Amino acid sequence: MMMRLLGTLLLAGVCVFVSAAPALDYKLAPRQIAHDTWVLEGLTEDITRDNGGNIVNTAFVVTRDGVVVIDSGPSRRYGEQMKAEIARVTAQPVIRVYNTHHHPDHFLGNQAYTDVPHIALPAAQTGMRDQGGAFADNMYRMAGDWLSGTEAQPAERAAQPGRMNIGGHDFELIALSGHTDGDLVVLDRTTGVLFAGDLIFLDRAPTTPHASIAHWLSALDALSALGAKRIVPGHGPVHDDQRGIEQTRDWLRWLDETLARSAAAGLDMAEVMRIDMPERLARIPLARSEFERSVTHLYGDYEKRVLNTIAQPQLKQK
Amino acid sequence: MKQLFATFGLVLGVMHAVHAADADPLNSSRWPDLQERYLEGAPVVFDPRVEVIAPRVAEDSMNVPVTVRLKDMPDVTRVVVIADFNPIVKVLDFQPLVAQPGLSFRIKLQQASPIRALVQTSDGKWYAGGSWVDAAGGGCTAPSTGHGAPDWAEKLNQVQARVWHDGRNQRVRLRIMHPMDTGLAPGIPAFYIEQLAIEDEKGDALLRLETFEPLSENPVFSFDMPDTGSAPLRIVGRDNNGNRIDAKVMQ
Repeated sequence: MMMRLLGTLLLAGVCVFVSAAPALDYKLAPRQIAHDTWVLEGLTEDITRDNGGNIVNTAFVVTRDGVVVIDSGPSRRYGEQMKAEIARVTAQPVIRVYNTHHHPDHFLGNQAYTDVPHIALPAAQTGMRDQGGAFADNMYRMAGDWLSGTEAQPAERAAQPGRMNIGGHDFELIALSGHTDGDLVVLDRTTGVLFAGDLIFLDRAPTTPHASIAHWLSALDALSALGAKRIVPGHGPVHDDQRGIEQTRDWLRWLDETLARSAAAGLDMAEVMRIDMPERLARIPLARSEFERSVTHLYGDYEKRVLNTIAQPQLKQK
Repeated sequence: MKQLFATFGLVLGVMHAVHAADADPLNSSRWPDLQERYLEGAPVVFDPRVEVIAPRVAEDSMNVPVTVRLKDMPDVTRVVVIADFNPIVKVLDFQPLVAQPGLSFRIKLQQASPIRALVQTSDGKWYAGGSWVDAAGGGCTAPSTGHGAPDWAEKLNQVQARVWHDGRNQRVRLRIMHPMDTGLAPGIPAFYIEQLAIEDEKGDALLRLETFEPLSENPVFSFDMPDTGSAPLRIVGRDNNGNRIDAKVMQ
């Protein structure tokens, strides 16, 4: 009886396993947003076992000389599925991959694109080399099986800022910083599309693990001056106006002021995390959790500036 | 996963409730042992007045900010802070003396764990509160960054501090340069601050605490106490190698 019950349970277990093991399909659906230009828009969520890290926007431009990929996604699997989607759009081969910065959701798909250069700014290359392994491990922890087979493949070629023509598209590579130390922005002057990477977030709270708010605000001014017709943010919907730039700027300024004011008032970190947010920011998806994370990333520096008095030592250490 | 955990916890909680009226609201499997070890099995009341404020997820396992807030709880003589699943469980043992019994600090977390404040009042009774913090982990077995910096020895036990007055009370925040090595990173012995006190001008302690390895490197603390005016405060203490901390905070 017991054995039979066990057998039934095991069988049930197997069935559950089979039916609950879908093909881990990201269901990527490239959307054409300009001539020759497609975007794969991610969810504005945190990375989970349900979404497999598909929370990022990636893109590709089909030129006469081949396909230019901008960001390769959060996993090898994503990269492979993205590559398959590109093949449904065009017979042209992928000829290069740009990684806008060193965060894992933007480059862990690099493995899928073999035999083509992976290109990023030098600071991003260093970041991918130094932290790629830890990023992949952490991604695994958050997204699970979606990450199987994924290993960090850092960009091996340094981006040269400036203008260049690839297969009839007049691209400009712009080196900025602020979200990280190496934020590469790609402007396609032929179509007017700006691939802004994570310097622009829209309707998804910005993340700051390697951010400098001052540099980021300057970068937003530079992006604003480019006069792009259409903007692909790193996270959030593609848009044609300054909304993304304005919302990101608004968030960063509020963050900077709030942290400075809290440090000046003598608050400790856990207390700052509880501070009320203005309604216009609080309604942005993930506002509270990203604010808490940002306090961890950034508050120490604000605090140090306030605790600047070195207390007078009463005795010398030997 | 989290959901599974919560469901599991709920089931355990219900099972526990059948046996004990004071079941651990955080449903930690270690709690019965910890109660035995840190409270010598004394009864404890889980009390909503004991609030442990910490992020739901530790963004940086080396620096998890914690604030213990005790609302309307008179005559607190001791606040013991523990993290159930850390390899070194005890974080600090605080005697508020004339200070308010709440405080803020940062800890290293090795894995997801409850962080608890065990609070004793002058009648000997224990109260407890806490919250779960999820963590990627590794906070306790990583070497301090201080040991890699060339000037750490020069800055050892240097104190940065500032006092804020609001008319009735004062908040003292301080940061002490110390690696706070746990001894769990290969080849690096335990090296941490053991004792700390804030004294008034006359040398009377306003508060006192014992501190342990899980506190973060270059620990930062916030304390609240009645206003002592403009007289300087003195921060005194020592680490487990006998190096002394002694600094005067001019206001």
